[in-house]
Order: sequence, then C-alpha cells, then structure tokens
Amino acid sequence: MLDWPFLTDVLGQLLSGLPLTLQLAALSLSIGFALAVFVAGAAGSAFAPLRWAAKAHVELFRGTPLLLQIFLIYYGLGQIAPLRHSALWPFLREPYWCAILALALNTSAYTAEIIRGAIQAVPAHEIEAGRACGMSGLLLRRRIIWPIALRQGLAVYGSEAILMIKATSLASIITLTELTGIAHKLISSTYRIFEIFIVTGAIYLALTFLMSAAFALLERQLQAHHAHRRA
Amino acid sequence: MTSGMFELLGFGPQGWGLPLLKAAGVTIAAALCGFLLGSIFGIGGATLKLARPRALRLIGQAYTTVFRGVPEILVVYLFYFGGSVILTTLMNTGGFPGFYSLPSFVIGVLAIGIVSGAYQTEAYRSAYLRLDRGQIEAGTACGMSKLLLLRRIVAPQTLRFALPALGNIWQSALKETSLLSVIGLTELLRQAGTAAGSTRQPLLFYAIAAAVFLVIGRATGAGLNRMESHLAKPWRR
Repeated sequence: MLDWPFLTDVLGQLLSGLPLTLQLAALSLSIGFALAVFVAGAAGSAFAPLRWAAKAHVELFRGTPLLLQIFLIYYGLGQIAPLRHSALWPFLREPYWCAILALALNTSAYTAEIIRGAIQAVPAHEIEAGRACGMSGLLLRRRIIWPIALRQGLAVYGSEAILMIKATSLASIITLTELTGIAHKLISSTYRIFEIFIVTGAIYLALTFLMSAAFALLERQLQAHHAHRRA
Repeated sequence: MTSGMFELLGFGPQGWGLPLLKAAGVTIAAALCGFLLGSIFGIGGATLKLARPRALRLIGQAYTTVFRGVPEILVVYLFYFGGSVILTTLMNTGGFPGFYSLPSFVIGVLAIGIVSGAYQTEAYRSAYLRLDRGQIEAGTACGMSKLLLLRRIVAPQTLRFALPALGNIWQSALKETSLLSVIGLTELLRQAGTAAGSTRQPLLFYAIAAAVFLVIGRATGAGLNRMESHLAKPWRR
C-alpha cells in the first residue's frame, strides 16, 4: 500500500530544507527576543511617547497577519528611495533577510507581552524582601526580578518558539526553499499530496516535540530548588 | 500625491476603494465561516477527548496534535491539492473526464475550520473541566435529562469559560485568512497585492490592508468582550 521508496525519497529531499528552517527560526527568535527586551522596557518606561511607541509596535505586529508583514517588507521597502541607496539595501533586497526581519519583528511583539506579563507576575513580597536586604536597581533586578520572571515566562515563551517554527513556513511564499517550500515543489510536480503532507507534517511535529521537550527540561532545571515541594 | 492618492483609493472607475471593500467582505466571510465550522470540529473534538473509551480519546488527541503542530499553510495546501485529487478521481470514475477543483473559498473555509477546530477543542475541553461538578449532580438530582442538563447547565457555563480563549482563536482565524491569497482567493491581502502590482505602490496598499485587518480585529474583539461581560452577568454579585 505505502510506496516506501517514494516516501524515503521525499524525506531525503525535505530534510535538505531543514537547515534553512532551523536557521530562520533560530535567527528570528534571537533577534526577536533582543528586540522584545527593548519593547518591553519601553512599554514600562515613565516617558509617555516611548510607551505609546511600544504599544503601537505590539498592536501592529500582533493585529495583522504575518504574511502581510512579510509582503510589506519584501515588496514595500524597495519603494523607499533613501533605503534603496543605503548600505542596508544589499540585505533588504534578499528574501532571506526580509523573512528574518519580518519574523523577528512579529515575534518581538508577542515576546514583549510575555516579558511584560512575567515581570508583572513577580510577587511583590519577593521584591520587598530584596529591598529589605538592601538591594535596589540593577542588583534587585538581576538577583530577584529577572530570575523569577524567567521561570514564570518560560512555559509561555516555549509555545511562542513553537509557533515561530511553524511560522518560518511562510518564508516559502517569498521563494525560500525551506521545508514547506520544498514540500510545495514536490506536491506541484508529483501531485501526491497525502504522502508529502504526512512526511512534512511528521518533520514539523518532531521539531515542535523536541522544542517543547527542551523547554520542559530547562524549566525543570530552573525549578530545581523547588524540587522538595513536588514530593 | 494627495489628489492622486484620493483617486487611487476612491470608489471611481480608477479607484481601488470598491475592490478592497469587497475583498474585506471576503476576508470577514471566510474567517466567520471557518471559525463556525471550527466550533463544530471543536465541540466534536472536545467530546472525543473527554469520552470514556480510550480509542475515542486517542482520535481526539491525534486531531489536536496534528493540526496544532503543522503549519497552517501546509493544511491549506492539503485541502487545495488533496481536494482536487479526490474530486477529479471521483468525477473521472463517475464517467466525467477532465480536471476538477473545489472553489478556493470552500477550500479556505475547510482549512481554517479544521485548524481553528483543533485549537477550539482545547478551549472547550478546558472550559468543561472547570465546570462545578456539584452543579451537574444537583441538576441530575432535580431529575433533569442529559439533554436538559446540557442545555441549562453545561453549555452556558462552558461557553462562558471558553469565551476568552475563543476570542484569541477568532483573531488567529481572521489573520489566517491571509494565507488563502496563496491559493487564489481574492481576499484582502491578494486584492492589496493586485493593486500594489498595477499601481507600483506596495507600501501604500499593504499598509491599507494592515489597517483594515486592525480595524476588523479591534471591532470584533470589542464585540466579543461585550459578549463576555453579558454572559458573566448572572454570576455577578
């Protein structure tokens, strides 16, 4: 019933797109996280225009489809003449960097909200205890607020990371041949949609499974000092 | 630029106002039909996952795992290519030679429905689990039949508990309709792309599409919030 030679051939061809998928996810997640730290900082700033800008950033990138953001960057940026003559143009002309920019901006908006929520969820008594010990400013953040927030935000960030792995598939629409791009090529040339869907789907499921296992492990490590409570 | 812009965006023969408005209607219709189909899948999926027989639970589990774990665009391709493969085979064996395919709107609604349904399954399931067991027992003690219990006690409260999550899933369904531009449905993103191509103003038209998405999302979100507080009324003290 199953055509094994075909399936293994498909698997081999698809796996050649895996490095690009992983690259897109890793780069956009790390750039997006760095951006998100700034956006979350701006959202909590005392300076109102900074707060507004952060809010607008979050609204814009969470409220519109990712594919639209990709098109806006890929097709739209070329219309801005100064940008076309700038040193950035050799990058922004490439679909690869456009996809990474769009994915990073998109995840930065979601991640900024995760960071903000995690920091707000730090219990007040922990902060008071820190202050009582004479900590303030950066020391208080480094020793008390950030570690607790990291532990609380990790699970939610894990599902955002999984969503980003899935989101890299949209890069195929601006010609990148990552997993989905290759799958689409195979489907249009063979029309054996069901077999190809199963193999491609299995690869994505394996990726998301590994990602959630990694986050679960990390979470357990960070909770190690609470181990006695679980028993 | 400004007078030209009015002409470009106006409703005159040269303007893109009317096509964009129509496309926004298609976007809303696809999102709405997909989401409603998704509620059927979601309620079915939640019923499966909460069922006693292990086999049914496994089917429900497989459904949510696959359709939440695979990129939405792949599901769109599955229905686009798969639908035409099945339809063509059926027609050809029925004695009608040629190539057949489903309308892109139908494919889009099916794809959004099945993905949205997988997320809605989780929303309904966790809402059901939050129900107060005592109330179900009280209803049974009052002699309510299973159907009456469902209508009076289980369904209203499950809906109330599920509503915040359903609101988020609705917003995703709305944004997911943009993927249907890839299979040729003239929704907002594709219409904006056509306008961008023929006027060479991609920045302008994609920005307009973005603004329309924001407006639709905001308006429907506000409606859902009102519904949430309306449903919470009986429990307010």
